[in-house]
Amino acid sequence: MHDVYSFVTGPLAWAAFLLFIGGSLFKLGWMLHLVAKKERFIFTYMSWRYSFRSILHWIMPFATTNWKLHPVLTIVTFAFHLCLLATPLFLLSHIILWDEAWNIRWWAFPDALADVMTVVVILSCLFFLIRRVQQPEVRFVTSTSDFIILAIVAMPFITGFIAYHQWFNYKVSFILHILSGEVMLAAIPFTRLSHMILSPFTRAYMGSEFGGVRHAKDW
Amino acid sequence: MSEPVKQEGAQALDEGIEAGISGLTTEQIASVINEVIDNETGARLKTYVDTCVHCGLCSEACHFYLSHEKDPHYSPVGKVKQTLWEMLRKKGRVGPAFIKNAAIIAHTECNLCKRCAQYCPFGIDIAYLMLVVRRIIHKLGVTPLYIQDTAHSHSVTMNQMWVKGDEWPDTLQWQEEEAQTEIPTLRIPLDKEGADIMYSVIAPEPKFQAQLIYQMAVIMDVAGVNWTMPATLGWDNSDMAMYTGDNEIMGRLKRTHYETAQRLRVKRIVMGECGHAFRSVYDMGNRWLGWKMPPIPMVHAIDFYHELLSQGRIKIKQKYPEPVTLHDPCNVVRGGGLGEKLREVAHAMCETVVEMHPNREHNYCCSAGGGVINCGPPFKMTRVNGNRVKAEQLFAAKTRGAKTLITPCHNCHSGLHDIVEHFGIGLEIKFISDILYEIIEKPEAT
Repeated sequence: MHDVYSFVTGPLAWAAFLLFIGGSLFKLGWMLHLVAKKERFIFTYMSWRYSFRSILHWIMPFATTNWKLHPVLTIVTFAFHLCLLATPLFLLSHIILWDEAWNIRWWAFPDALADVMTVVVILSCLFFLIRRVQQPEVRFVTSTSDFIILAIVAMPFITGFIAYHQWFNYKVSFILHILSGEVMLAAIPFTRLSHMILSPFTRAYMGSEFGGVRHAKDW
Repeated sequence: MSEPVKQEGAQALDEGIEAGISGLTTEQIASVINEVIDNETGARLKTYVDTCVHCGLCSEACHFYLSHEKDPHYSPVGKVKQTLWEMLRKKGRVGPAFIKNAAIIAHTECNLCKRCAQYCPFGIDIAYLMLVVRRIIHKLGVTPLYIQDTAHSHSVTMNQMWVKGDEWPDTLQWQEEEAQTEIPTLRIPLDKEGADIMYSVIAPEPKFQAQLIYQMAVIMDVAGVNWTMPATLGWDNSDMAMYTGDNEIMGRLKRTHYETAQRLRVKRIVMGECGHAFRSVYDMGNRWLGWKMPPIPMVHAIDFYHELLSQGRIKIKQKYPEPVTLHDPCNVVRGGGLGEKLREVAHAMCETVVEMHPNREHNYCCSAGGGVINCGPPFKMTRVNGNRVKAEQLFAAKTRGAKTLITPCHNCHSGLHDIVEHFGIGLEIKFISDILYEIIEKPEAT
């Protein structure tokens, strides 16, 4: 078991971070390369002002017409994304790992808060799953990959929650937690989870078009 | 997972589509699809496909979706799934039946109104994706018959309606003579070099709505504008090639239009009350030619009327008494930000303006735009039944008192006319110039 632990926290962790960072940079670089090669006009129309005008509206709950149309989804999706990003970054046990490995540390959430945020992520994933199956317009455009992506995101939180509360075999759930976290990191650039990297750019471009050319609101 | 059955009546039969698919093989289809995807698309298509999380949040933007009891086949992303996703997944290896369905979806169940771009959290431009599908359909020769005929007319005559060379100046002269019975000194200056303004129209105006030219001539005359209309090709600003994915013809049309204005050395072009033509001259055609913005200032009629009214160059004798409601055309309001000016013009002209909801850039499309009405009679009911929400929206405005419906766009006019008639709404539909012509101060006839 110790060997497995060493492997997942050693070489696999390196591989996951390399894939995540390298893959993300590659993805961004490839997109910019394609713009430069085939759609240079996009640079012409991009505007900082209108990009941020659009991004700011869409990252604020209820600031757009469509967020207002779907209040429950809006609350869930904002809570989900916030907890999904913040919990792993500010979890005390994660920070301890950074401290041990690189001697860097920062402020941490109290464990009880992190616990609640983990539950928020898990319940949100459940909400998305039910929505995907229940809502005809979502079910119609759902493929197997959508369920796999949802599972990839939910697993680190489910296993982390189980490990923290030491419900089953702690060592197994702990290793599964690390493993699933690594799978998620590595999957980000290579699945539609890449919306994490790309969506600011698509939003910015549409914001620029609507602001600079169409003189209309895109929210 | 079993898929719901699409709600539809008897499938429309289009001779152009049927003839187009009859000779196609899977190999030919794959080669065209891959050629378009590989050579004509780039970062946008790839990033949009990679970024879409299949959340379905674009659905409620679409009038087709809302009008078909929220049938997911009509949601924006649902239309992408049934066309482009499948083409990409199968690397282009789809059959003729698939192409037929894709042609019907991209050409008759999407108005390219871009309302969904305002609803997608990531700002994915689904109308662009539908245009990519139309480009593929065009290159496969499967474009619906009626709109293809229009594109042929553009190609042969450089106007949308097969208006012949002599018919154009003849129509202008006829309208000039008609208007001279009202204002004897009125002229429609033809090919006047150095005029301030070149006025351009779409070919349906000389073809069957010549009174619109008459009305504009009166407005120009009363306002004392130094204007002209070209005697040569380039007078027509319309562009259905833009909607069939025939970008090459779109480029020819727009180049001819702008070069005509340059030949006449005008300071700017004013265009009539048309939506799609505005999209062509301001958004798509100019870009195809490599111009970020039009090379000569391009002013839509709304903007022009606003200018004449605010500068006092035309004066209102008596405001239009009937309550009016405004339909914001996608291409000039969501596409050009003229919503506020439209309201200011309407308030200057009319006693009462009743807003319909949603309005401005959130207005529902008329379902005729994007070339859908130009696909002709086979698809008339596709667009009328596909826009029941518009009927409800109009009816709500009527119950709050509106009697007249103003919309400064030809396609909106025709599309709304069909909706008003089919659903028995009972609103009179007018262009701005219909009302302006009636209510402005004119020199007394001698």
